[in-house]
Amino acid sequence: MRFSKSLLLFPVPALALYGTFFVLPAVQGLQYSTTDWDGFSPSFHNVGLDNFREVATADDLFRNALGNNLKFLLAVVIGQTVLALFLAVLLAARSRGSTWLRGLFFLPTILSSVSVAFVWRFVYDPNFGLANRLTGLHESYLGDEKKAIFFVAITQIWFHAGQMMIIYLAGINQIPPELYEAARTDGANRWQQFRHITWPLVAPATTLVVAYTTIQSFKAFDLILGLGGNPPRGALDILSTRIYTTFANNQLGYAAAESVVFMLAIAAVTVAQNRATRLAHR
Amino acid sequence: MRIGRRALLGFYALIVIVPLLVVVGGSVKTTQQLFASPFGLPTHPTLDNYDTVLRQQNLLRVLGNSITVVAVSVPATLILASLTAYAAARLPGWWGHAVFGIFAAGLAVPAQAMMIPQYVQFDRLGLRDSLTGLMLINVVVTLPVAVFILTGFMRTLPRELYEAAELDGAGAWTMFRKVAVPLSYPSLAATSIFLVVMHWNDLLYPLLFIDDPAKRTLPLALLDFQGEYLTDYPLLFTGVVVASVPMVLAYAFLQRHFVAGITAGSIKG
Repeated sequence: MRFSKSLLLFPVPALALYGTFFVLPAVQGLQYSTTDWDGFSPSFHNVGLDNFREVATADDLFRNALGNNLKFLLAVVIGQTVLALFLAVLLAARSRGSTWLRGLFFLPTILSSVSVAFVWRFVYDPNFGLANRLTGLHESYLGDEKKAIFFVAITQIWFHAGQMMIIYLAGINQIPPELYEAARTDGANRWQQFRHITWPLVAPATTLVVAYTTIQSFKAFDLILGLGGNPPRGALDILSTRIYTTFANNQLGYAAAESVVFMLAIAAVTVAQNRATRLAHR
Repeated sequence: MRIGRRALLGFYALIVIVPLLVVVGGSVKTTQQLFASPFGLPTHPTLDNYDTVLRQQNLLRVLGNSITVVAVSVPATLILASLTAYAAARLPGWWGHAVFGIFAAGLAVPAQAMMIPQYVQFDRLGLRDSLTGLMLINVVVTLPVAVFILTGFMRTLPRELYEAAELDGAGAWTMFRKVAVPLSYPSLAATSIFLVVMHWNDLLYPLLFIDDPAKRTLPLALLDFQGEYLTDYPLLFTGVVVASVPMVLAYAFLQRHFVAGITAGSIKG
C-alpha cells in the first residue's frame, strides 16, 4: 500500500500526550488497586486482591452508593428518554415557535452542573423553595432519606432532556413523510402512527439516547456535590462521589480498586442496555 | 389536539424558564425580598450581591482563570485532534483504523477511573496545583472525543479533492492546511464550542488538583460558596449568573453551533 509516510507523523504529538497522561495512568490505576497505599507515604504493601474482596463483600458504603447509582440511573434513563421523545414528537413540525422552544429546552445543557445544582437547591428548599410554594406540599426533597436520589434524578432530567430531544429530532426528521400520509389514508390515529412508524424508526436514536444518558448518570458527580455538599450524605452518594470521598480520606489504593469496579459496572450496564433497547424496538 | 400540544409545550417551557428567571431576579434581591416574593420583579434592585461576590470572593480573578484555561486548552485540543483526525481519515486500511481506535477506546474510560493515578502523576511532576496542569489535563481528557468527532467528519471529505491537490504536487502538510482544515470548518466550529462548554464547566479536575484559592476556576469557586453561604440564596444566585452569563450570551448568538457541537459530543456525556 502506497501512502505519504509523513502522514504517520501527524498523530504523534497527540499520541504522546494521550499515552503519557491517559493510558499510563489507566494502567497505573490497576497497579494501585492491589496496594494499601494512602497516597503520600513513601512505602506501601501489595495486598493482592484484598481491596476487591472488600469492595465486593464487606463495604456497606460502596454497596449503598451502587444501589443509589442504579436507582438514579433507572429513573433518569426512563424519565429522560420518555420526556425527550415526547418533546421531540411535539416539536417535530418546523415553525417559528418550535425553533424557539427547541432553543429554550436545550438551554440548561450549556450551564455548569454546579450552577444547575444551585438553581435546584432553591427549588427544593423545604421552607422557602419554589416546589413547595407552587404545589402546596410540605416535602423535604433532598432531606428525605428515601426519595432524595430521585429528586436529584429530576434535576438531571431537567438539565439534559433538551440535549436528548435534539438527537430524537434528528431521527424523526429522517422518517419519510409519505409513511405518515399512507398511514392516515388507512385511517391510523396519532397513537397508531407513533406506535407503528415513529417508534420503530427512531430505534437508532433511542440506542444513542439511552447510551449517552447512562454515561451521564454515572458521571453525575458535579450535580451531586452541588446539591448535596462535599462529601454528600449516604442518601445522595453515588459511585463517582464514593470513589472521590475514599480518595480524599487517604485510601488511595482502595479508591483505585473502587474505580476498577466502577468501570466494570459501566461496561456491564452498557452491554445489558444494548440488548434491552434492541428487544424493545422489535 | 392542537390546544393540548400547546398547553403541554407551554407547561414545560415554564418549568425550564421559571427557575432560571427566579435566579436572575434573586441575584438583585435581598434574602428577605427573595423569600417574600421569589417570583415578583425586583422592586428595589440592589447590586450589593455582585459587589460582595466580585470583591470578597475575588470572582474577577476566578473568571480570569477560567478564561485563561479555556483560551489555551481549547485551541490546543483542536490542533492536536485535527492533526490526528486527518491522519486517521487519510491513512489507508489498518493504519487509519488503528489511530482512530486507540483514541476511541478512551471514550469508554470515565474520568473518575483515572483521576487517582493522574493526581499522583501531576503531583510528582509539579503540575498539580497550577493552571498549566488544568490546561494539560483538559487537553488530554477531551482528545478522544475531539478526535472521534473530527475523524467522523474528515472521512466524509471526497478523495478527489486530495487527489487533485496531489497532482499539483502538494504534500501531506499542505493538503492538511489547504484542503482538510478549510473544508472542516463546520466540524471544527462545532467541536470547539463543545470543548469550550466542557472545559468551562468542568469541576472534577479543578476540585482534584487546585488547593490555592487564587487558582480556582468558576465551578470550583462556586462550589466553595455553598459551604460559606449555605442558605444565602441571593449570593449563590449571583455566583450562578456570573458563571453562566458568558455561555448564555454566546449561546444566544451561536445557538446552531452550540446545538451541533454538544450533540456531536454527547458520547462524552
